[in-house]
Amino acid sequence: MKYEPKPIAAAQGVACCDVVNRGAVYDGGTLFYNTLDNRTVALDAATGKEKWVTTLGDINKGETITMAPLVAKGKVFVGNSGGELGVRGWFTALNASDGKIAWRAYSTGPDKDVLIGPRFKPFYEKDRGSDLGIHTWPGEAWKQGGGTSWGWVSYDPALNLVYYGTSNPGPWNAEQRPGDNKYTAGVFARDADTGEAVWFYQMSPHDLWDYDGVNEQVLVDLPINGTTRKTMLRADRDGYLYVMDRTTGEVISADPFVHITSRQGIDLKSGKPIENEAKKPSVGSVVRDVCPAAPGGKDWQPTAYSPRTGYLYIPANNLCMDFEGVEASYIAGTPFVGANVRMYAGPGGNRGEFIAWDPVNRRKAWSIREEFPVWSGVVVTASDVAFYGTMDGWMKAVNARTGEPLWQFKTGSGIIGQPITYRGPDGKQYVAVLSGVGGWSGAIVAGGLDARDGTAALGFVNAMTDLPKATTRGGTLYIFGLP
Amino acid sequence: MRRTILLIAGLVIVCALLVWGLERASTADPSRSRSLWTTVRVCSDPNNLPFSSARHDGFENRLADLIAREAGTRVEYTWWAQRRGFLRNTLNAGLCDVVIGYPTGSDAVRTTIPYYRSTYVFVTRRSRRLRVQSFDDPRLRGLKVGVQLVGDDGANTPPAHALSRRGVISNVIGYSVYGDYRSNSPPSAIVAAVAHGDVDIATVWGPLAGYFAALQPEPLDLVPVQPPADDHLPETFDISMAVRAGDTARLDWLDRFLTNRKAEISRILAAYHVPRVDEDHR
Repeated sequence: MKYEPKPIAAAQGVACCDVVNRGAVYDGGTLFYNTLDNRTVALDAATGKEKWVTTLGDINKGETITMAPLVAKGKVFVGNSGGELGVRGWFTALNASDGKIAWRAYSTGPDKDVLIGPRFKPFYEKDRGSDLGIHTWPGEAWKQGGGTSWGWVSYDPALNLVYYGTSNPGPWNAEQRPGDNKYTAGVFARDADTGEAVWFYQMSPHDLWDYDGVNEQVLVDLPINGTTRKTMLRADRDGYLYVMDRTTGEVISADPFVHITSRQGIDLKSGKPIENEAKKPSVGSVVRDVCPAAPGGKDWQPTAYSPRTGYLYIPANNLCMDFEGVEASYIAGTPFVGANVRMYAGPGGNRGEFIAWDPVNRRKAWSIREEFPVWSGVVVTASDVAFYGTMDGWMKAVNARTGEPLWQFKTGSGIIGQPITYRGPDGKQYVAVLSGVGGWSGAIVAGGLDARDGTAALGFVNAMTDLPKATTRGGTLYIFGLP
Repeated sequence: MRRTILLIAGLVIVCALLVWGLERASTADPSRSRSLWTTVRVCSDPNNLPFSSARHDGFENRLADLIAREAGTRVEYTWWAQRRGFLRNTLNAGLCDVVIGYPTGSDAVRTTIPYYRSTYVFVTRRSRRLRVQSFDDPRLRGLKVGVQLVGDDGANTPPAHALSRRGVISNVIGYSVYGDYRSNSPPSAIVAAVAHGDVDIATVWGPLAGYFAALQPEPLDLVPVQPPADDHLPETFDISMAVRAGDTARLDWLDRFLTNRKAEISRILAAYHVPRVDEDHR
């Protein structure tokens, strides 16, 4: 059985960030997924027959959809991509039954567009005020302000809140958009039925580093100082592990899980990051040793939590970057200049790390140093085994309590997919992962980029020059049976 | 009789032109050209006037035709929007061999000798008599200023940087260089915005400004921005043709072509109103 979405061919090369799709979801006999040209599609999972299609944006204006939707309480939640192309970010809910748009909330602009009303109670003073989606921007810059939501969505049925992060502000440089640039690079909690904003917390006010706030929210109840609290764990691009109260948006703790130089800490009283003024970039100036680099302490590759060990398993990057003067580029016949960015391994020389983090005791329980950034997701099982993949193609299983290596298998290409586990029709347990390197970190292999041009892929190639020796392109689904 | 003489004279002229044409072509060594260019495979944006279009009416299409004529063959296009991934999906994927316009000295490719140098210009309605010449003009703080916007992380058009470092920020309106890809030449909206009075003044890359200003019924003035470089940020750029790294045979051929055909290339650029700041062109 096959269903071909047939994206618009004329849009070839128009999408901002390559051909990306972060997956499909299944609910009640229906398969839901998004297409790059802004359609949300519902298919009958048994027959492949199209149930409905809703078009949510226009690829000709730079808008795309790359994220995997979430289905909860009869709604399909979808956000857009394309902040680099001057798109205004939004997050929307469709009726799962007929594909009709139930509500849409923008990340910038007037409160009525952001669906901010009387229920909106941010925990911190810094996130309160009226029409901040306009007033924290110069002039009309909010109209092209970015704040897209291309990451993961979470839902708490007891609170009936849906959670998602917003991307970095764009497409202006930082010095061209003075202000906090609300509501970009933060996390929203909204009523799933109406879309009304309940709280917002901005991790990166006036983002300088491309620290998108789109990473996943892990919703767990944890014992904090003797009481059980409804928390949300966020391993953010900025390198901090945020333990937040998901009912109020309070930051309970924020600790570095990687080496950080761009900030000196998070002030828990005000909720504000303490920026390191010495590391602020400006075009034409030289700034070195900015950690984490733009892909963050962790990019969009999701973590996993085990209620048995109490650890959050983080596929992390150990990358820093330099801004060295300017580089000329060319788009649509127009030459322009940008910072010449080079990324490289952080302290220790390893570019990645697989971390077991104890969010209650706010410490690293154990970790495994990896040669390359760990760009796969994680799955951890009830028998205390954690699975993850590496960019040089190893699928690994480790003891979730100790980090002791248990097994590994060399797949045909680098792994940047998300491993899953399931029970087969034969009653046996399986672990599956898609092997096939690509994305921002793997562009040097998937895109055949020249290793001599270190600033390619926005500076990532410099950190990955040896990847083509370690792996090749691929696209193979591996399924491992558990003994 | 007289008619016969005229006819013979005409034939002689035609023959002379043919011989002259063959001699000209031979400077590029036709046997070598044939081995290099079975066809002239050009990587090009199908919707990016005045540079290129699928209807072959951009100046880069005219230059590609000129290459093909010199090489004694025809042009074959690989169409791809000239955005992130353009080189990777076209030239560097081996689908085509030459990009007609690219900034000189770019790391990602090998570029030929430059064949024109242009500049960002201030575009205004002539009737406004603004005559702004410099980013330091204090009137820029009070005018509605349009700039071309690029969304590559940490990157932007040089005038956007020049204005922001002078504190000209809140009265600046951005026009994405990506534009609306359904329209004819997506990046052109900024020039129309000046003509329609949506903005008082705009900073626009020369070739785009020259071509679209000439199409507006409203007379527009184009003035090269000053200073021509702001610290390390240039407002003027040399433009070359580009080939894959290592393709020195085509690079050498194109360098000779650009030298030999300088006058014709200049005529094509002039027909498209490309503002030029080449030293030997002035």
